Amino acid sequence: MNLLDYDFMRRALLAAVLVGITAPAIGIHLVQRRQPLMGDGIGHVAMTGVGLGFLLHSSPVWMATAVSVLGAVLMELIRWYGKARGDIALAMLFYGGMAGGVMLVNLTPNGSNANLGSYLFGSLTTVSPADITAISILAGFVILVTLGLRRQLFAVAHDEEFARVTGLPVRALNLLTAVTAAVTVTVSMRVVGLILVSALMVVPVAAAQQLTRSFRATFVLATVIGVAVALGGTTASFYQDVPPGATIVLLAIGVFVLLTALAAPLARRRARAAAAAVSPEAAPLAERAIPAARSTADGVGA
Amino acid sequence: MPVVALRGVHAELGARPVLRGVDLAVRRGEVVALLGANGSGKSTAIRTLIGQVPATAGTVELFGTPRHRFRAWARVGYVPQRAGAAGGVPATVAETVASGRLARTRFGPFRAADRAAVHRALGLVGLADRAKDTVTALSGGQQQRVLIARALVSEPELLVMDEPLAGVDLASQEVLATTLRQLVASGASVLLVLHELGPLEPLIDRAVVLRDGRVVHDGPPPRTADGSLPYGHEHHHPHAGDGADSRGLPIR
Repeated sequence: MNLLDYDFMRRALLAAVLVGITAPAIGIHLVQRRQPLMGDGIGHVAMTGVGLGFLLHSSPVWMATAVSVLGAVLMELIRWYGKARGDIALAMLFYGGMAGGVMLVNLTPNGSNANLGSYLFGSLTTVSPADITAISILAGFVILVTLGLRRQLFAVAHDEEFARVTGLPVRALNLLTAVTAAVTVTVSMRVVGLILVSALMVVPVAAAQQLTRSFRATFVLATVIGVAVALGGTTASFYQDVPPGATIVLLAIGVFVLLTALAAPLARRRARAAAAAVSPEAAPLAERAIPAARSTADGVGA
Repeated sequence: MPVVALRGVHAELGARPVLRGVDLAVRRGEVVALLGANGSGKSTAIRTLIGQVPATAGTVELFGTPRHRFRAWARVGYVPQRAGAAGGVPATVAETVASGRLARTRFGPFRAADRAAVHRALGLVGLADRAKDTVTALSGGQQQRVLIARALVSEPELLVMDEPLAGVDLASQEVLATTLRQLVASGASVLLVLHELGPLEPLIDRAVVLRDGRVVHDGPPPRTADGSLPYGHEHHHPHAGDGADSRGLPIR
């Protein structure tokens, strides 16, 4: 029994690869700006979109995209203007989004929350050809943004105040990060499900940074881990009839535990190497600073 | 034309007035220290200048242009007040410094010349050999030097620094003093918030002392009652908590 013999499995595996790339690619920026649970919030809001899709008999993927993008923009606005009461406003948004989804599905003639289940926890057999088209277009957008603007998004997520003084459009880039995260949620929801989307944005990044020292290496390793666990979970789900989303997330957590165990001796070795490098460093600092200074000084004076 | 001009600036944090009519000018080639006790408004004054805190009254100008119309941000290098230089994901020293170069590259490609500028800026602060290290592996003083390199990498004409000596070891303080001296010799202007002058004292042209959001002194670095400089070179302790007033500044 070859899993590539089935059309629905070919679609599911393609969707899994796209999810494995896009979720960590935007997730790294959410982790960087210390908002790792933002994807979770967007996932809740997206449920209203799925419910609307059922009720209006239109594609739940596109509806969920529209509603979660709107929700993400609202979240950013709350972050700017909400100040101390922002957390309460976000809670209203998240739980309102979830409750709205459940209610809309119930209002749908012959709709039941069983239909909602496949969106909450992911389902391979329900990825339709139309879904694959939508997922591919949306994933393309996410990859374009996260690769094309990686330096700008890094600067803004790393230090917003500094980024403002470089003249970057900080608010627009923050909005773009939020919108991209929202799009990623809907890319992922067919395979991983809305409840577990956020895990695939955060866990591969957390796992990767057990080993890495640079942002670039973390980005590459996190997407490699993301693709590996998404493919692994999808395949396991085909052969063992286990839910794909849960399998993918448990695999990702397994990778995190494994890399954390591997990282401890690596960190010790690096610490020893760093300690050996520190001692001869202090003395020649001033000398080293002088020749390099001249070229910059020319630039400054111009 | 002054490089920095704040005139009658008022600002609030929450509903609390923090600046109550601050006048502050930095002329070309000048090194101005902004002094004052904790809560006197010196960091807020800097943050008003860069647009992080809005001014509720008064005017803020950079290079003769009102701040809200100012676009030439490559001319300004900024070193924020910072306990650590790290975000939630590991980043190397070079990656962190490279983000300062965005003031010049903007949305364009990052070329060999930009990479060379990153290397040069790291050389200026004596960290060229640490480019590939993760920022959190560095000491507090070295991390501060990374942030200074990030500000210098756009080759700015004005350097604005918020407490660059806070938590900085002696070796890094001296590297910073050397770097500033070279920068000033090349004609750049510097505005820095300090709680002690330390090894930077000989470089300071003028000190502006704030108290309760108002300027109470604008002139040579203030002296103690017995005529000695309040900041001797023996004062290199890295703790910010004791405040500038304990050293006899007329600010409280």
